[in-house]
Amino acid sequence: MPKAQTYILNMGPQHPSTHGVLQVVLELDGEKIIKAVPQMGYLHRGIEKLAESRTYPQFIPYTDRLDYVSAMGNNLGYCQTVEKLMQIEVPERAQYLRVIMAELNRIASHLLFMSSLAIDLGATTAMIYGFRDREDILDLFDMVSGARLTYNYIRIGGVMADVPVEFVPAVQRFLDKFPAMMAEYENILMGNEILQARLKNIAVLSGEQALAFGLTGPLLRASGVDYDIRKIEPYGIYDRFDFSVPLGKTGDNFDRYVVRMQEMTESVKIIQQAIDQLPTGEVMAKVPKLIKPPAGDVYHRIENSRGELGYYIVSDGTPKPYRVHVRRPSFINLQMLDKVCRGLMIADAVAVLAVLDPLMGEVDC
Amino acid sequence: MNDIVSLNMAMEWLRGLLAGWLPGAFWVDLAMALVGVAAIFGVISGAAVVFVYVERKICGYMQVRIGPNRVGPFGLLQTTADMIKLMSKEDIIPCGADKWAWILAPILLFIPAAGVYAVFPFDNQAIFADVNIGVFYVVALSSQATLPFFMAGWASNSKYALIGGMRTAAQMISYEVPMVFAILAIVMMAGSMRISDIVAVQQQGVWFICLQPLAFVLYVITATAEINRAPFNLVEAESELVAGPFTEYTGMRWALFYLSEYANLLAVSAIAATLFLGGWAGPWLPGWAWFFLKIGFMVYLFLWISWTFPRFRIDHMMAFGWKVLLPLALGNIMLTGIGIYIFKTLN
Repeated sequence: MPKAQTYILNMGPQHPSTHGVLQVVLELDGEKIIKAVPQMGYLHRGIEKLAESRTYPQFIPYTDRLDYVSAMGNNLGYCQTVEKLMQIEVPERAQYLRVIMAELNRIASHLLFMSSLAIDLGATTAMIYGFRDREDILDLFDMVSGARLTYNYIRIGGVMADVPVEFVPAVQRFLDKFPAMMAEYENILMGNEILQARLKNIAVLSGEQALAFGLTGPLLRASGVDYDIRKIEPYGIYDRFDFSVPLGKTGDNFDRYVVRMQEMTESVKIIQQAIDQLPTGEVMAKVPKLIKPPAGDVYHRIENSRGELGYYIVSDGTPKPYRVHVRRPSFINLQMLDKVCRGLMIADAVAVLAVLDPLMGEVDC
Repeated sequence: MNDIVSLNMAMEWLRGLLAGWLPGAFWVDLAMALVGVAAIFGVISGAAVVFVYVERKICGYMQVRIGPNRVGPFGLLQTTADMIKLMSKEDIIPCGADKWAWILAPILLFIPAAGVYAVFPFDNQAIFADVNIGVFYVVALSSQATLPFFMAGWASNSKYALIGGMRTAAQMISYEVPMVFAILAIVMMAGSMRISDIVAVQQQGVWFICLQPLAFVLYVITATAEINRAPFNLVEAESELVAGPFTEYTGMRWALFYLSEYANLLAVSAIAATLFLGGWAGPWLPGWAWFFLKIGFMVYLFLWISWTFPRFRIDHMMAFGWKVLLPLALGNIMLTGIGIYIFKTLN
């Protein structure tokens, strides 16, 4: 009497929709997933080890390449950690510019999330619209730092250089265009019934389960837990801005998607307040030419697009760090893949990966 | 102008020419049949070339980009370049594949895609084979397209292909039933399955799309599922299954699959144009021009839907087909029957 067997399907590192080089070994029964084991490490570049042989400023471009889609945030986290260790006071204008860049980068990262979710679910046109709008932000970054993806703009003690004159009007133009953009995305994606059927009530995680996994960022907030480091432990000057933290109700895929869309709107509010309050002044503090922090260790965390990005630096008094460890949100968020995928179908696994929004540069480091 | 440039006149002229050269009516008929076959293949190939280009341009403009514009003026030679490239590729047969099933699958897919063209009314009396079961022939032949997908999926000896093949079989079989019922409503209104009768009834009265809007909507949805276009393209969902049953095909074999897809697209558009939009009938322009205009409109509709919506999941799609479309189709038939009865008793 033949009996049905489970089989192993390899969603290999080369696959159109594992966001980067992620291998997921799926054990399937027909189309239902019994087990989903992510295999990472295909993009491991030894960044933490490389930090030990680079000086502190030399390491900043490496941080760009961790979560390469929100590079400003990575820079910010690292520089603030070093400044915390060295007790450096960053000038006001630099603080405001840092906030503007970090929030613009959050919007760009969430637009990329939306586009890759769209194409994983088959809506190619929506993907192109997301990328088209993200181009505006990349042009702003290009204006400021000369690069579109890995900026190396935020430095220890301030920012690399002051923004050109046309920057603030360009940002204002982008902010003015934003509500129409969001309305278009609502039309073509959020309100679409096929998309809602694909995402609603799939892969539900309760708040306690999310906390138990150590999830942070939009994933945690989608499960209803009100935890945003910008509110709980404000870093830089985030306590001066008035914004709310969107929360999800059910913890399903659709909430994870909606929370990120709402976060974009909140970021727009922050940027608007920042450019209204932008003071004149220096953009770099008086830091010594050779950065030699005192011996000791420090941990500092920021709210990056994907969750809590933390840097733990152990210094031994020399210009090169003894150890740098990065608490990477995507690495920790990826754990939930197995638990959440059991019992779902292959198509849902793709959707879960898309809303999990892992960035392999960050997962593998 | 209708009479001067119609295909009818061209056919009469050719028949006269051949009658001068060939002995006996049998040979003339045979020669006309061969010319017809060649013409149909010409139409399919030409249409495929045109529609690949049209799709890439239209989807490009919908996505705020230009589409092919380098090869030839406005990118018109893009499809030719692609065909040449595909023809020059190495022919790879996976070593674990079930060889003959694998080789036959694309050929068997092309046959029904091309075969349905035999009953399309290109113009007044320019139908290759005006059989009295025209509609039935179309439905029966197009349902044969399910098997080659499954053959390709199974014979490829690859899990991705197998999953794709099984999804296709489930999808195509499920959506044929509402499609047939939607077409059945038209047959009830026309009173005949012969294609020329259906066109004639629409020519005298009003196009069936006005009398059977629900059947038209049902037909468009089910036809999208039959030709595996979005939102029903989970068969070849690139982001999930790489390319579904076609994953292991390369070169000309893949080109044949691709060609069959476009031939299918053209075929369902032609069926829609015939059954719902009045076929070749229309004022001033010759019949074949109207036919191709209507086909063009239907193709644009299919492309537009395809590039806007995300993809269904397999269980949602099955539920939609069996639990929503089928009851609607049956309800439509019931209403049509009641309508016809009332119409007959009132007259």
